[in-house]
Amino acid sequence: MATITSLFYLLSAVLFILGLKNLGSPKTARRGNALAMLAMLLAVIITLLDQRILDFTHIILGLVVGSAIGVYAAKKVQMTAMPQMVAIFNGFGGGASTLVATSEYFQLSGATEVNILATIALSILIGTVTFTGSFIAFAKLQGIMKGAPITFPGQRAFNGLIIVACIVLGVMFTRDPGNMTPLMVILGLAALLGVTSVIPIGGADMPVVISLLNSYSGLAAAATGFVISNNVLIIGGALVGASGLILTKIMCVAMNRSLGNVLFAAVGSDGGAASGGSGEQKQVTRYTADDAVMMLDNAQSVIIVPGYGLAVAQAQHVLQEMAQLLEANGLNVKYAIHPVAGRMPGHMNVLLAEANVSYEQLYEMDAINDDFQNTDIALIIGANDVVNPVARNKKDSALYGMPILNVDQARTVMIVKRSLSVGFAGEDNPLFYDDKTRMLFGDAKKMVTEIVQILKS
Amino acid sequence: MSDDIMIFSIYIFVLAIFIGFEMITKVPPLLHTPLMSGSNAISGITVVGALLSTGAGKTQLATILGLLAVILATINVVGGFMVTDRMLHMFKKDKK
Repeated sequence: MATITSLFYLLSAVLFILGLKNLGSPKTARRGNALAMLAMLLAVIITLLDQRILDFTHIILGLVVGSAIGVYAAKKVQMTAMPQMVAIFNGFGGGASTLVATSEYFQLSGATEVNILATIALSILIGTVTFTGSFIAFAKLQGIMKGAPITFPGQRAFNGLIIVACIVLGVMFTRDPGNMTPLMVILGLAALLGVTSVIPIGGADMPVVISLLNSYSGLAAAATGFVISNNVLIIGGALVGASGLILTKIMCVAMNRSLGNVLFAAVGSDGGAASGGSGEQKQVTRYTADDAVMMLDNAQSVIIVPGYGLAVAQAQHVLQEMAQLLEANGLNVKYAIHPVAGRMPGHMNVLLAEANVSYEQLYEMDAINDDFQNTDIALIIGANDVVNPVARNKKDSALYGMPILNVDQARTVMIVKRSLSVGFAGEDNPLFYDDKTRMLFGDAKKMVTEIVQILKS
Repeated sequence: MSDDIMIFSIYIFVLAIFIGFEMITKVPPLLHTPLMSGSNAISGITVVGALLSTGAGKTQLATILGLLAVILATINVVGGFMVTDRMLHMFKKDKK
């Protein structure tokens, strides 16, 4: 029986791997997700057949309550709120790992091997850091907490001390497992560490944090797998751990920052608050919606560069309406998506897909950067730092070295923006004052709606 | 768990990490959000441990902790897979 059970768990692990593989292409992604679902269902069913399970009442209660909340959340969540949802779900995963490890501790009987005890402590540590860290990330993304970094003197040393203390307590616990105090102190310290390690990270760096917490939630699941000696948890957790780490790295590269810099440097403000103006008066060319339409009428190609401001203004649907009208007029319309557009990896693609934009029109930075020079109009909506040319040449700037979209190579640059305020990086954007730039001041949704109305008439 | 099994499990863990790296590196940025919510649902595999803790509940405290774990992990699994499917459903090659 044990052999058959193990083989079914292996089948489940294989299906997880195939599922992730299929998630890698837009054509097969839905199937990939379905395969992963099947893998999970299989793992749950095999587990329910386990003879160690004596009582099903609590299990059924848990599954029903959990499913109801999960279904509700999945149906109700706005696509703009996906980062918050993923953040809090990461937290739930971590919390579950902590609870399972704690529950296993209370079910230990007789002498237990040191390696089991060590994995219990590790599982509680990672799970709890993931749990509280994710809640802080959620609170920042949801606007419950301010996005600005919160720092205190000696923060890094403090976090380092917590980790050292956890290791010492972990060793104490394995020496004398009957005494649960060290384990509970680890739990408390881990909860604190989750908070103190996420609060210094600014709102604009949230894509990195969510990716990292995603990785932690996988590692927490894997640690639980060690506790209960179950390979499907180890494999599933390892896959997620790896996936989260890769996304973390991609986000760091897209901002030209090291992970250490993101985690510890406390970069960023709430965005737009501080004026980075150097005091000198610079001229901008103002355009109205009418002027913009006239220019679009005479153009043959336009590349739209959407930023998070677009999503905040909920302008993606009307933008797609505009794009369709322009295409009907014979324009070639493409979208250029910077890797950190939006608030989590790939977020902008989802927001535009929701607005019915074909994914074949969505181009990633490297695929489109050479096209700007042959394009009549680069239309920037709600984006700032990702098109700021100082990233190329101003060495003392926080943006320096970040790969940007080459919008300034287009023949004309149109920017829809509420004001000349700075972006998350707090850096003034010389593109606003460029000769070929036309500024359309106003709310993204209002401005695009106006353009659509003029185009229609 | 004997040391042999422990070592064996560590092997599996490390090899699975490499499989993950190999597969995820190829995923285009277009799909990074669904990838993350989908992999998030996969991390809910902890539900297996939660079910065992709850069902085998040797003490009432262990059962209650297990029950809470089942609830959290199930939210993660069900919500994660469903919202991923909802997103992927929106990715269309051609507009209507």
